[in-house]
Amino acid sequence: MAKAADIQSKRLSKQQLATNFGDLHPPLSDHEALVESDRCYFCHDAPCMTACPTTIDIPLFIREIQAGHPKSAAKTIFNQNILGGMCARVCPTETLCEEACVRQAAEGKPVKIGLLQRYATDQAMSEKHPFTRAKATGKKVAVVGAGPAGLACAHRLAMHGHTVTIFEARKKSGGLNEYGIAAYKAVDSFAAKEVEFVLSIGGIKVEHGQALGKKLKLAQLQKDFDAVFLGLGLAGVNDLGLKNDDLPGIEDAVDYIAELRQASDLSKLKVGRNVVVIGGGMTAIDIAVQSKLLGAENVTILYRRGAAHMKASPFEQDLAQTKGVLIKHWVAPKKVLVKAGKAVGLKCEYTTEKAKKLVGTGETFDIPADMIFKAIGQTYADAATGALKLEQGRIKVDAEKRTSITGIWAGGDCIAGGKDLTVASVDDGRRAAESIHSYLSA
Amino acid sequence: MADLRSNFIGIKSPNPFWLASAPPTDKEYNVVRAFKAGWGGVVWKTLGEDGPPVVNVNGPRYGAIHGADRRLLGLNNIELITDRPLHINLQEIKKVKREWKDRALVVSLMVPCEETPWKKILKEVEDTECDGVELNFGCPHGMSERGMGAAVGQVPEYIEMVARWCKQHSRLPVIVKLTPNITDIRKPAQAAFRGGADAVSLINTINSITHVDLDSFSPMPSIDGKGSHGGYCGPAVKPIALSMVSEIARDKVTHGKPISAIGGITTWRDAAEFIAMSAGNVQVCTAAMTYGFKIVDEMTAGLARWMDEKGYSTIEEFRGRAVPNVTDWQFLNLNYIAKAKIDQDACIKCGRCYAACEDTSHQAIMKEKDGKRHFEVMDNECVACNLCVEVCPVENCITMVQQTSGTDARTGKKISKDYANWTQHPNNPMSVKAAE
Repeated sequence: MAKAADIQSKRLSKQQLATNFGDLHPPLSDHEALVESDRCYFCHDAPCMTACPTTIDIPLFIREIQAGHPKSAAKTIFNQNILGGMCARVCPTETLCEEACVRQAAEGKPVKIGLLQRYATDQAMSEKHPFTRAKATGKKVAVVGAGPAGLACAHRLAMHGHTVTIFEARKKSGGLNEYGIAAYKAVDSFAAKEVEFVLSIGGIKVEHGQALGKKLKLAQLQKDFDAVFLGLGLAGVNDLGLKNDDLPGIEDAVDYIAELRQASDLSKLKVGRNVVVIGGGMTAIDIAVQSKLLGAENVTILYRRGAAHMKASPFEQDLAQTKGVLIKHWVAPKKVLVKAGKAVGLKCEYTTEKAKKLVGTGETFDIPADMIFKAIGQTYADAATGALKLEQGRIKVDAEKRTSITGIWAGGDCIAGGKDLTVASVDDGRRAAESIHSYLSA
Repeated sequence: MADLRSNFIGIKSPNPFWLASAPPTDKEYNVVRAFKAGWGGVVWKTLGEDGPPVVNVNGPRYGAIHGADRRLLGLNNIELITDRPLHINLQEIKKVKREWKDRALVVSLMVPCEETPWKKILKEVEDTECDGVELNFGCPHGMSERGMGAAVGQVPEYIEMVARWCKQHSRLPVIVKLTPNITDIRKPAQAAFRGGADAVSLINTINSITHVDLDSFSPMPSIDGKGSHGGYCGPAVKPIALSMVSEIARDKVTHGKPISAIGGITTWRDAAEFIAMSAGNVQVCTAAMTYGFKIVDEMTAGLARWMDEKGYSTIEEFRGRAVPNVTDWQFLNLNYIAKAKIDQDACIKCGRCYAACEDTSHQAIMKEKDGKRHFEVMDNECVACNLCVEVCPVENCITMVQQTSGTDARTGKKISKDYANWTQHPNNPMSVKAAE
């Protein structure tokens, strides 16, 4: 650990970077889609549909592909999930629809529902918008946050004839789709294209640079609009809780991923030779894999429990390992190793479970790191400053996504019970919109 | 090792697999390749009378129905009989037969329905030293508009007349190829044998239009925006052919007469089934046109293996074994009771059996048990229709289990071991009392 931190850009050629950050799952060709769609059994009361957080009529859309109408299939998908294009790319299908597919039970090879959904939605997104707006109601709704929940909510409200204004803190719409998803899952600026597609229904205005709790106040929104939907996401990041965990050399994974996603030239992005990631969720996998793809030599994920406990799906764990990431289980960082005011590594302790409690074994090792990424979860930062009732630190809502205040709905990662899944956020947004619609129509 | 040698109306071939009269047998080049590949015989593509050659369309001749992954299930064609000069075909036939003495070489013929042209061409064909002739009374397109092919095959009197001429004017064995585009296949078969034919072959192709182009509204295959019905063949027609073969096999008049079976034969199994239905040999076309001549390796090996496994040393040992089991509906045993049974370990819970039974049949399958997704047959509703078995995507997951004792949970009636059919049933006004 004598050497200075080795953090550089241009570890790989532009060509190599382009290959590394290409589409993780190449799309199906027409013929592949026909063959794959033919594998669907069109199950009665299909388990895949039940497993989908947005309850897309999967057997129907697959049959529509098979019958030569992928654009009808797309409409079936969009009807339940207007972000069906992104969900086709980022959904952990192996733990949702494809896990439930009866062919998984039969032969361990589910119908490739995610890829079929992408096949259908890709064909329809460049077309005329598949939905038309109902007659204008004259009602105005404020949506805070242009992430998956906010977009889905705004779209459904616009469809019902309401006028929507979305207030978004960042420069671009899309939320985690734009700033958070691993680059190889949404190539070719897909997130931005999808936002454009969603907004093309009309009746939705987006105001950027508007963060709730700053100039934008909830009370004012309640006054100016007939209803308010909050899709705030999670603005806070958990701390390691170690001394010196704020030194240079330690970064939030979400910030770095956002930087990566917005980089026009990946070769200019700096990455360490030795990268250590702390965490066990999708963000940990995403930052680890992308560091590796940027050219880091050694990338190690440190996770305090075993593989089965990781929030990242087995597929994601496999992906990381296939890309050359080392996942070390049952280890926890104990101390930040510091040199010249910079973090240069971690002292870690092996862990074990005793009487269902995680405890250190006392055995330690040092791991050098040019960059340390924290990916140990995000927290809800209460932008509504105490106005709304919380539950487990997030906004409390009922089944229709109504908050404790009449006229205010919430959905996505900011609500209690949020699943940290794009598809679940979309479902929240659509459900909230339907509830708002009945409220406004009453 | 099973002996696959075949002797069909005196025509010998090393195996019962012949290529049917069609494009694969149009010329020496193809036929020699087929013989090299191992085919037992061929029926040379239909020759017409001497004169200006037949003219084919210059656009698509074929249309098709596909299954998953573009598996070809049914093929339709509007090609006519050979469009090569008669003398060239005759020269090639003679040459090939001389070089391939152990293989069957039968020549298909189609000339106008008059005695002179038949007499003339038979003489010329005999000179080739071929093994026999097959009279093409089957082609449903093109030639039938000129009073040949199916136009003859649809009139039993014409069949009999031409068959008689052929037997009078030739020493060659005569096979009459029948069209399925007719109400009762037994009538043309009877006529062929009345006229003295040695055998019938069936089925020729079925009138068909495979698609309509929904932009141009032209039937497919489309020739300059128009289409004409073609002849349908391939795996899709096999059940129709099998039924027609069985009709002739069990008809009082034609029972035991030689039949060369044609119609969607794709694997050894299809061949075995047709032979069990009394066919002396089989003719193949679509399978070869789809996969090439090499498929005969699978066919011969497969048939031989099955025969070995079953202990049949020759084809004659199992030929016709299925015929006595084909009967009329009225003679089926109404006391035979079965119930569908779902193997819960094999079930993948797709629910197709439930959807089929609940929506379209007898509401005899439950979809839930103890609040869980579970598919099980309710014996008190099951009529044993077999639909669930056929729609289940898992082989042998649902089976029909015969009930041999106790009562039928559906009817509450005691299960009888006695045979009783419709002719004896009390609900039948025409019933005859079973002998006391």
